[in-house]
Amino acid sequence: MTTLDHIPDILVEDDRNTYLNISHKLKSWLLTKDHKRIAILYLIAITLFFFVGGFFAAMIRLTLLTPRGDLVQAETYNKLFTMHGVIMVFFFLIPSIPATLGNFLVPLMIGARDLAFPRINLLSWYLFMIGAAFTFSAIICGGLDTGWTFYTPYSSLYSTSNVALAVTGIFINGFSSILTGLNFIVTIHKMRAPGMTWMRLPLFIWSTYATSIIFVLGTPVIAITLALVAVERVFHLGIFDPRYGGDPVLMQHLFWFYSHPAVYIMILPAFGVISELVTCFSRKPIFGYSMVAFSSLAIASIGFLVWGHHMFVTTQSAYAGMVFSFLSFLVAIPSAIKVFNWTATLYKGSISYEAPMLYVFGFIGLFTIGGLTGLFLATLGTDVHIHDTYFVIAHFHYIMVGGAIMGYLGGIHYWWPKMTGRMYCNWLAQVSALLIFIGFNLTFFPQFILGYMGMPRRYHAYPDEPLWQVLNVMSTCGASILAIGYLLPLTYLLWSLKYGDLAGPNPWKATGLEWQTLSPPATHNFAKPPIVTQDPYRYDIGEPQARVDLSIPVH
Amino acid sequence: MSHAEISSPALQEQFDDAAQQKDAVTLGMWLFLATEILFFGGMFMGFSVYRQRYTAAFAETAHHLLMWYGAVNTAILLCSSFTVVLAVHFAHIGRNKAVISSIIATMILGAAFLCLKGREYYIEYTEHLIPNTQFVYGTEQKERMGIEVTQEEKDHPQTAAFAPQARIFMSFYFMMTGVHATHMIVGEGIFLWLLITCLRGKITPEYFTPVEICGLYWHFVDIVWIFVFPVLYLLHY
Repeated sequence: MTTLDHIPDILVEDDRNTYLNISHKLKSWLLTKDHKRIAILYLIAITLFFFVGGFFAAMIRLTLLTPRGDLVQAETYNKLFTMHGVIMVFFFLIPSIPATLGNFLVPLMIGARDLAFPRINLLSWYLFMIGAAFTFSAIICGGLDTGWTFYTPYSSLYSTSNVALAVTGIFINGFSSILTGLNFIVTIHKMRAPGMTWMRLPLFIWSTYATSIIFVLGTPVIAITLALVAVERVFHLGIFDPRYGGDPVLMQHLFWFYSHPAVYIMILPAFGVISELVTCFSRKPIFGYSMVAFSSLAIASIGFLVWGHHMFVTTQSAYAGMVFSFLSFLVAIPSAIKVFNWTATLYKGSISYEAPMLYVFGFIGLFTIGGLTGLFLATLGTDVHIHDTYFVIAHFHYIMVGGAIMGYLGGIHYWWPKMTGRMYCNWLAQVSALLIFIGFNLTFFPQFILGYMGMPRRYHAYPDEPLWQVLNVMSTCGASILAIGYLLPLTYLLWSLKYGDLAGPNPWKATGLEWQTLSPPATHNFAKPPIVTQDPYRYDIGEPQARVDLSIPVH
Repeated sequence: MSHAEISSPALQEQFDDAAQQKDAVTLGMWLFLATEILFFGGMFMGFSVYRQRYTAAFAETAHHLLMWYGAVNTAILLCSSFTVVLAVHFAHIGRNKAVISSIIATMILGAAFLCLKGREYYIEYTEHLIPNTQFVYGTEQKERMGIEVTQEEKDHPQTAAFAPQARIFMSFYFMMTGVHATHMIVGEGIFLWLLITCLRGKITPEYFTPVEICGLYWHFVDIVWIFVFPVLYLLHY
């Protein structure tokens, strides 16, 4: 019997073919159909976009150092926060975990050779890049000032920036998301290895599946909405134009019908990552597997019914507001189920504080704060008070940065040895996880207080009151620490590519299928198709989900 | 899994056998159609909201669409769905020539639809119904501006007060039929590819999944029209 402790550590340099070294030509990367290489293509692209979006965030924070906003003018400031939002939401957060880790891991975790449609997978990446080219050209040619929400009639009638170009980019990008989601759903349904039943699927697969449902059913709605905005802007139709009786709030309904579920596109994959990590580094099976799995589906489905909570202070009726408020509370239940199950998994676990696990701890705390403050905002009366203030900004950054990006970085650190075959410097990774946690809280916690005191979002200046400036300076200092925290992984992860120790197939002694093959895997993933005999997380008996022959072919 | 299945030329390497590939491709197409329903659904939803809010104006404007063009186009599309069914049927029983002629018939019907649609757009252009800068709604207005008014319009005069809402109606009309026509053009492209695949002899009674999934797409675009036609053309009251 092979138990996890007896899996051989293959720590010698070998000359076998991996998906990375099979060919070094640029063409072999740009025309690849290998899901692992496409994941790397996405990783490079979104890392670039992340730092561009981060640059705009830095400019925002620098402007807010002083009450008068001395750094940039109001118009430039509008463009800064718009471009920060557009890039981070559409070109980083939405593709982050699904397109990189999801692409890399879905076939490996279910024991398949590739996704169901490898060519469509490559097409997704090209659509993503073409969409990015459109939106970034809008940004370079004078920027964009509508806010990432593209509300009409400002976006369709009055804005002088390149709305149509940017919106076209997001429209194209939407089809990249749709095709990725479609590919995952079909793969998870039809390509599972023998013995990989639904209730043996890793939880990362469950959350990717729930995310894909939102991709497939939500994204087309924003695609048509933004298409209508663009056509209205170019040809002066009247659909959202109040002069002809068009209703701008209709556009908001259509927009949030996608964009609220899109929040779950960003956070659900992070839930999946955390579920994998928390059980591995506690050396315990996950507590309440089926509850964690089905809560992902519950979040995905209830998430389609809550969009109206973005419009409590519009012309939406108060009765609709009450229903949306109630439904928004409902989403908290499956989210809380997850948090409780993770903490129950930690209970009496044999916890180790490797770098990925530090991100898990960060995630659980920050996501809980973000989720609970979300309940404040879902409460009708309270929302009237804190709507459009920094309270909202702080809330969704606790979810998006404290949750989604923490999960993303935790996942990258966890699967990096699998993706590259190399280990990074562990203590540096621990330091950067800590820096990110401290920097994050210093940046965004003061914003809760500012928002509650009434500081509105999207203004480049604020009243010259001592406490307001102190809190804003704290926030900007925190952002600087956060920036160092994000630049560190970029350096040591790149460093590890050449100088890192060899990782071996299973450095964390994990049970999942992806760890039972070599690191980095060969193009065809497994030497022989694996046969799954276990639940995914048998850390209690220390047995992998399937036994796979790891012997390296002798040349 | 038999040896013949493994060596089937159409089997892609990520699949174990032909059955798995067929299942996956078919599920993929159905999911894509689910996406498409939501894509059109956004426009139908918006239209319904305004139809409810501006009932009188929308009912009057609907009179000025060319109902008979729409009706003939509906008949054409229904026939094209029939020829698609024939193509799948003939592929199933292995009559390759009949498959090819069914595909060609489908493409001709699709092209006829697009020609009629284009003609209809042109007439709407001459009647100043395109919701752009040249948009004019209101029979009296037109006579004052010296624009020629058709006999039909004299029978159903346009109320100038409805002009703003008529503009919204026409915006939806052009978006919905325009997106539908775009799908028809894509469908023509897909069927051209299918035709070439058939001509190369790649479709056999053992492997005709492409005919089936292209057919699914074509049927879907037809069904969208089955909803577009009554919603836009026939709701006169």
